[in-house]
Amino acid sequence: MATAVESAAAAAGAGEEPLAVQLKGITKRFPGVVANSDIALDVRKGTIHAIVGENGAGKSTLMKILYGVQPPDEGTITINGTQVELKSPTEAIRAGIGMVFQHFMLAENLTVLENVVLGAEKLHGIGDAARAKIREISTEYGLRVEPDVLVSEIGVGDRQRIEILKVLYRGAKILILDEPTAVLVPQEVNELFEHLRELKTEGLTVIFISHKLDEVLSVADDITVIRRGTTVAAVDPKDVTARQLAELMVGSELPSPQTEESTVTDEPRLTLDGIDLVGQASARKILDGIDLVIHAGEIVGIAGVEGNGQAELVEVVMGMRRPTSGRVLLGETDITEAGVREIREAGVGYIPEDRHRHGLLLEAPLWENMMLGHQTEPPNVKGPLIDARAAKADTARVVEQFDVRTPSILVTAGSLSGGNQQKLIVGREMSHAPRVLLAAHPTRGVDVGAQAAIWDLIKAARRDGMGVLLISADLEELVGLSDTIWVILRGRLSGEFDPNVVTREELGAAMTGATTGEEEQR
Amino acid sequence: MKLDVRRVGLGLAAPALAVVVALLLTSLILVAAGDPVVAVWQVLFKAPLPRQVVAIINEASVLYLSAVAVAIGFKMNLFNIGVDGQYRIASFMAAVFAGAHFLPGWLNIIVSLIVAMATGAIWAAIAGVLKVARGVSEVISTIMLNYIATYFVAYLLKGAAVKIEGSNATSTRILTEDSRVPGINLEGLLGTGREIYGLVFLSIAVGILFWFVLNKTRFGFDLRATGQSETAAVASGVNVKRMVVVSMVLSGAIAGLVGMPLLFGQDFAYGDTVQTGLGFAGISVALLGRNHPVGMAVSALVWGYLNQLSNGLQISAGVSDRLVLIIQGIIVLSVVIAYELVRRAGLRMEQRRVARELEARPAPVVEEVHP
Ligand SMILES: Nc1ncnc2c1ncn2[C@@H]1O[C@H](COP(=O)(O)OP(=O)(O)OP(=O)(O)O)[C@@H](O)[C@H]1O
Ligand SMILES: [Mg+2]
Repeated sequence: MATAVESAAAAAGAGEEPLAVQLKGITKRFPGVVANSDIALDVRKGTIHAIVGENGAGKSTLMKILYGVQPPDEGTITINGTQVELKSPTEAIRAGIGMVFQHFMLAENLTVLENVVLGAEKLHGIGDAARAKIREISTEYGLRVEPDVLVSEIGVGDRQRIEILKVLYRGAKILILDEPTAVLVPQEVNELFEHLRELKTEGLTVIFISHKLDEVLSVADDITVIRRGTTVAAVDPKDVTARQLAELMVGSELPSPQTEESTVTDEPRLTLDGIDLVGQASARKILDGIDLVIHAGEIVGIAGVEGNGQAELVEVVMGMRRPTSGRVLLGETDITEAGVREIREAGVGYIPEDRHRHGLLLEAPLWENMMLGHQTEPPNVKGPLIDARAAKADTARVVEQFDVRTPSILVTAGSLSGGNQQKLIVGREMSHAPRVLLAAHPTRGVDVGAQAAIWDLIKAARRDGMGVLLISADLEELVGLSDTIWVILRGRLSGEFDPNVVTREELGAAMTGATTGEEEQR
Repeated sequence: MKLDVRRVGLGLAAPALAVVVALLLTSLILVAAGDPVVAVWQVLFKAPLPRQVVAIINEASVLYLSAVAVAIGFKMNLFNIGVDGQYRIASFMAAVFAGAHFLPGWLNIIVSLIVAMATGAIWAAIAGVLKVARGVSEVISTIMLNYIATYFVAYLLKGAAVKIEGSNATSTRILTEDSRVPGINLEGLLGTGREIYGLVFLSIAVGILFWFVLNKTRFGFDLRATGQSETAAVASGVNVKRMVVVSMVLSGAIAGLVGMPLLFGQDFAYGDTVQTGLGFAGISVALLGRNHPVGMAVSALVWGYLNQLSNGLQISAGVSDRLVLIIQGIIVLSVVIAYELVRRAGLRMEQRRVARELEARPAPVVEEVHP
C-alpha cells in the first residue's frame, strides 16, 4: 500500500495510525566529518525502537537532532503525522519528546529535586507538590530516587535514573534513551526494561541506543542499524541473531572474553589493608574494612550495584580521597598519604568511571588530552617543558592503534563520539605500561569490535605482570576477565567468587544482598 | 604546522566586529544626546600626532602588564579583581625602597622591581590562601583588599612622605638620576622629543614569558587544565589548592610590575597624584584580547589610542572625554557577543566546505534489509 503517500497523515487517513517519529533525509555535518548522511528512520507508536551502530556511527547526533539540540543541515522531522521544526529542546518537549543523554546533564551542586524541576517549574512548582510528584513517579517505575540528596554525592547509576525521571516528569510521550543501560547492572537493566514495556503499553514510544546486542534483541520491537552515518538496515529482532546484528553493524563477529590460563603470581602489587571511609554528611561508612590484595598478573573484579562504594574505593587508591583509616600499599611502598601525581608516576593507570568529569578536557585538542594524567612522563615532556611534537606523534599512534574515529588529532575531545572518547582514554592509560590499572567500566560505551580489542589488550598486559582492579557493571566482562571476583555491598566486600564456576544468578543475588549471610564460595 | 589563514581571519573578525558595533552604538548615544556625531569621530579618528604615538605606546605598555596579570587568573577561572590594589601597594613599596637608594644605579632598579613583584605577590596571596583555606571567593576578597590597599597606602604615605618645596602634593622621595630608567628617544623617526618608557621592554618580556609558560611548560599545562576542568585536573594529578595559590601569587607578582614603567620612567616617586584604575582597565584589555599574549598587546594599544585621542574631545567637539569610557565599556560587552557570532559563522563555513567536498565523492551504499 501507500505508494503515493504524501505524508504520514495520509496514511492515517487510510486507517493506519501515523508513525510516532518519521525522519527523512537527515544530514548533519561537523568540521571534517559527516555525522549523519541522508538518514531515514520510522518509529511506530507504542513500540520500543532500538538504534545500533559502531562508535561514531552518528547515533547520538541523530537523537540530538530529534530532540532539537542541533538543527539538521538537511531533512525533515515528522512527529505523529505532522512535520515539525524543532529549534530547541523546549520545542521538542512541547512536541512530547524527552531525551536522556549519553553523558548526563545534571547540575552537581543542586539536589535531585532542584535538578528535576529546573526549567519545569511551571508543572508542579518547586516545593512539596514537586517532591510528591517525584516520589510518585519514582515508586510507579521503581526508580528509587531520593529527591533531597545532592547530585554531587551520588553515583552514575543513580544519575541515570534521575535523568529518566526528569524526562517522565516533563510528560514526554516519546522517550529517547542514549545508552541507558551502559551504567546499569543486569538486575537494573531488567528492571528498566520492565518499565519500558510498561510505558509501551501505556502508549508511550521509546527510542533507545545500546551496544549490548542481547539486550536489544530481548526488548526491542524494531531495530535500525546505522553505519558510518547512514541507515543501512531496518530489521525485525525476531529475524536476526546478535551475531548477525554485529555483522550488519561492523562486519565483525561478536566477541566474548575468554579466561585464559592463570598468570597470577604471589607478588602483591596493590594491597588494601583495613580501609575505612566515613562520609562527610552522614557518619555512615562509605567504605567499611576493605582488605584486598591484587598480585602481579592478576585481575580482581569488583561486582556491585552502582553507589555501593566502588567509586570511592578507586578514589582512595588514586589518592583523590584520604581514607579515614587503613593503609594502601603499592608493591611495598605505603601510598596512603601520597598525592595523585606521585601515585600515577609510580605506575598506576586510571580509567575513570565518568570520562567527562575525570578523564578528559573536553575543550582541549586530542593531543593535549593524551598528556592528561601523564603530563610529567615521557614522551610528553622534556624536563619542565612540554614536548608537543612527541605528544602528537604518540596521539597519532593511539588513534591509529585503537581505531579512534576522528578527522584529526587537533579536534577537541568534546567533538568525539562517546565510545571514541573512551577508546582514547583506554589507549592513553595502556600506553604508559601501568604496573597497576584501576579500570572502572573500561569498555563502557564502546562498540563490540572495540570491546574485544580492549579486552585482549588488558589480558596481554596481565600476562606481562600488570595487576588490575576491574570494576564493571557488565557481568560478562567481569566473569570473562577476572581471576577473582568480589562483590561489594554497602561499602563492604561481602563475598568472594570464582569466575569459573559462579553463575549470573549467584552474583546478582549477592550484589543486591539477597543472599543470607555472607557465605563464601570456594 | 602551517598557518591557517582562515582561522586567523576568524580570530580577528570577532574583536573587529566588536569595535564596529561599539562605534554604531556610541553614534546612537550621541544622536540621542544631541551631540555632534561627525565631529566626535573626526577627533577620534584623526591620525595621532607623534607625541601621541609615544603616549599611546607608553600607556599600552602599562595596560599590557595589568592585562597579563588578570589573564593569568582568567586562565584558571580565577577572577583577580585585585590587580588594582596589588599594583598600587607594590608601586608604593618599590618607590620607598628605590627612593632610599640603598643600592647604586641599575642594581637599585632591579631590586626595586623584585620588591614590587614580591609585594604584589604577597597581597594577592592573601586572597589565594583565603580561597583554599576558607573557601572565600577571590572576587569578594580581592575587592576588599583593593579598599584596604587604598587606605593602607594613604596611611603609609603620610609617614613616608617628603615635603616638596612649593607644592602641597605628598610623595615618596624622588629618585636620583642614576636610579631612573632612561627612555627611548625616537626623535629621528617620529619627530618628537617625548620618550618611550625604557621599561616597555619589561612588558614585552612579560608577554613572551606568559606565552611560553602557559603553552610550553608542564606548569602551564596544569594551569590550563585546572581552568578547563577542575575535576579532570585533580584526577590527572594537579594539586588544585596549591595551583590556586601559585597562580594568585604569579598574577600578583605581574600586577606588582604595572606601576614600574611609570615609577622609573615618568613620576620617579609615588605620590597621591599617581594614576589609579589601571587594574580595572587591565580586566577590559584582557577580555578584548581574549587572554592571548598578542591579542592583549593589540587591545592595550587600542585602549591607549582611545584614551589619548579622547583628550581633544572637549576642545574640538565640545563633548566630554568621558565618552571614551562609554565606548570602551560597549566594546567589552560587544566582544562577548561578537565571539559567539563569529564562532557560529566559522562552523557554518566549515560545514559548507565539507558538503562541497562530499559532493565530489560517490554516495555511500545503502542496503535495505527488510524482513
Ligand atoms: N559537536 C561536534 N563537533 C564535531 N564533531 C562531532 C560533534 N559531535 C559529534 N561529532 C562527530 O560526529 C560523528 C558521530 O558522532 P556520534 O556522537 O553521533 O556517534 P555515536 O554513534 O553516538 O557513537 P558512540 O557509540 O561512540 O556514542 C563522530 O565522528 C563525531 O566525531
Ligand atoms: Mg553516542
